[in-house]
Amino acid sequence: MKHLSYFLVILILLLSNSSFGNDLEVCKSCPYKSITEAVEKAAPFDTIYVKEGTYYEFNIEITKALTIIGENNPVIDGQNKGEIITIQADNVTIDGLTIVNVGTSYTTDYAAVRVVKSENFLLQNLKLKRLFFGIYLEKSNNGKVLNNTIIGDAVQEYSSGNGIQLWHCRNVEVRGNKIKKVRDGIYLEFSDEIIISENNSSENLRYGLHFMFSNHDTYINNIFANNGAGVAVMFSKFIIMKNNTFKKNWGSASFGLLLKEINDSEITHNSFEENTVGINVEGSNRVNYTHNDFKNNGWAVKVRGACYYNVFEKNNFLYNSFDVSYNSRINDNKFDGNYWSNYTGYDLDKNGIGDIPYRPVKLFSFIVNRTPETIILLRSLFIDIIDFSEKVSPVFTPDNLLDENPLLKPISHD
Amino acid sequence: MLKILKYSFFDLMRSRWSYVYFLFYLLLGVVLLFLNNDLSKAVITLMNVIIILVPLIGTIFGVMYYYSSREFTELLLAQPVKRSSIFLGQYFGVALSLSLSLIIGLGLPFVFYGIFKSAAIWDFSLLLITGTFLTLIFTALAFIIALANENKIKGFGYAILLWLFMAVIYDGLFLMSLIYFENYPLDKFSLIATMFNPIDLSRVLILLKLDISALLGYTGAVFQKFFGTSLGLIISTGMLALWVAIPIGIIYRMVKRKDF
Repeated sequence: MKHLSYFLVILILLLSNSSFGNDLEVCKSCPYKSITEAVEKAAPFDTIYVKEGTYYEFNIEITKALTIIGENNPVIDGQNKGEIITIQADNVTIDGLTIVNVGTSYTTDYAAVRVVKSENFLLQNLKLKRLFFGIYLEKSNNGKVLNNTIIGDAVQEYSSGNGIQLWHCRNVEVRGNKIKKVRDGIYLEFSDEIIISENNSSENLRYGLHFMFSNHDTYINNIFANNGAGVAVMFSKFIIMKNNTFKKNWGSASFGLLLKEINDSEITHNSFEENTVGINVEGSNRVNYTHNDFKNNGWAVKVRGACYYNVFEKNNFLYNSFDVSYNSRINDNKFDGNYWSNYTGYDLDKNGIGDIPYRPVKLFSFIVNRTPETIILLRSLFIDIIDFSEKVSPVFTPDNLLDENPLLKPISHD
Repeated sequence: MLKILKYSFFDLMRSRWSYVYFLFYLLLGVVLLFLNNDLSKAVITLMNVIIILVPLIGTIFGVMYYYSSREFTELLLAQPVKRSSIFLGQYFGVALSLSLSLIIGLGLPFVFYGIFKSAAIWDFSLLLITGTFLTLIFTALAFIIALANENKIKGFGYAILLWLFMAVIYDGLFLMSLIYFENYPLDKFSLIATMFNPIDLSRVLILLKLDISALLGYTGAVFQKFFGTSLGLIISTGMLALWVAIPIGIIYRMVKRKDF
């Protein structure tokens, strides 16, 4: 009986909720001709349907719980005049709009959609083009940003904005977005417990993903390709990066992944392909690198110093010009049970583990660190000879840096 | 000239050495592909072979052929044939038969492996092209050495020395000068120094395909321009062609003036 009453109460609540909101329509021949007008007149929990057409509007301020749904790709053209949609209320949903021509300013960060101090927002299926900032979340929690397409036309770093920016947010899900040609694809600052998954962030001017001072965040199944400087993660703790692909980040200051002051994190099952530097590590401690593939990179892992207690286990290092590079003789990191395509040892007892340890740091990588122009001598016979003599008796490279159990066959990670 | 070329070519094609050379490459290709089972790794190993062994064999073979066919050359010189066509004919005979051994020897196993369907076809053809260039260059250099030295032992000595210098010593000196002058801007210097050694030049040409990601790691604008655009490819190929043309020109001049 008690259960039944609960059930009834919930049913009534649900029914009242659905009958609570009214539907409003916006189109050329509808009672509401503009979205601004409809938003003003709507009561909380109403649903606004925006029909096909182009609407020249900006500064649409949403201060009550509304659902705005675009039907047949309606376009909101901001005519470069400023911000387009600002949300300052909880429980707002925006779905299926195309927003173009966000104003560019050097003093204000105009965004296509900005969410300010709100909860439970849902932004999905939006198409943003010719923008300054795309989606800007500010001190907002418990929301979702799903399946949006953001295509910018950034040329200069100083006159362009970020695709999705989170500032002081908590518990937000960013999933399935496509971001191209903006400054930073996804940018996080002071944002915790964020889940970023299945996004594709490519061809951005600076970073595909960039975050600072953001802890306990998770990154899964993302693709970061062809970005100006790859992905940069800085000053954060307890990060999980899994199943991401970092590829073709080429250039002198370009990395697949740049880690600076990252502690207590997990980097697993990622793939790093054809980057100038696969992972550039600086001042990072207690990070576990397992089951990653490093393929055809210039440098698979570049360790810059102040890195302690990191563990590299069960990774595949395939055809990189340099596997690991150090700029000092001190090593406090552990390399164990990886596959190295450059390994030349043997396995007499047939247990799949090489009998002689592998030294991933070559003398030549030390020389290139000192005099970068020497890179032109890569793979020369003379270099092979000096590398060999260094391998026999390490003088310049850390002598305790070795993989005691190098595998003979590449690992298939699953 | 064509007749002499044809004669030298078929003479060499019948000789044991061509077969040994051909079989060596065939074996190398088969072992690399079917024991390794990985195309990327095979191409890297192949590059080492091509930039080290091809010049060595070209030099030794060129010198050897010149000395061993000396009597026949003298016989030809008594005939009303142009001098340049005798020697150039011989040179091209040697160089072509060596190149053919290389291309067929390495090509066959790769064709059976299915290179035409693989994405590595361009890397592979680049390898064969640089290999052919190196054969042409080093055979010509060998002919120059042999023409300049009547003494066989001396000729062989110089030929080995030439190879050792180009393959190893040059890079050692190069590296030392780069480290010694590291406080100066060195991009132009290092690119130009590469141009003066055909082995380095071919190495860089192949690196442009294999290790482009590492090469782009350096900040210098000259390097960026050279490696980042097709400029590097064009200049390197042009320089290799020049490296063939100049020694042939020298042979041409030498045989005109030489007193037999």
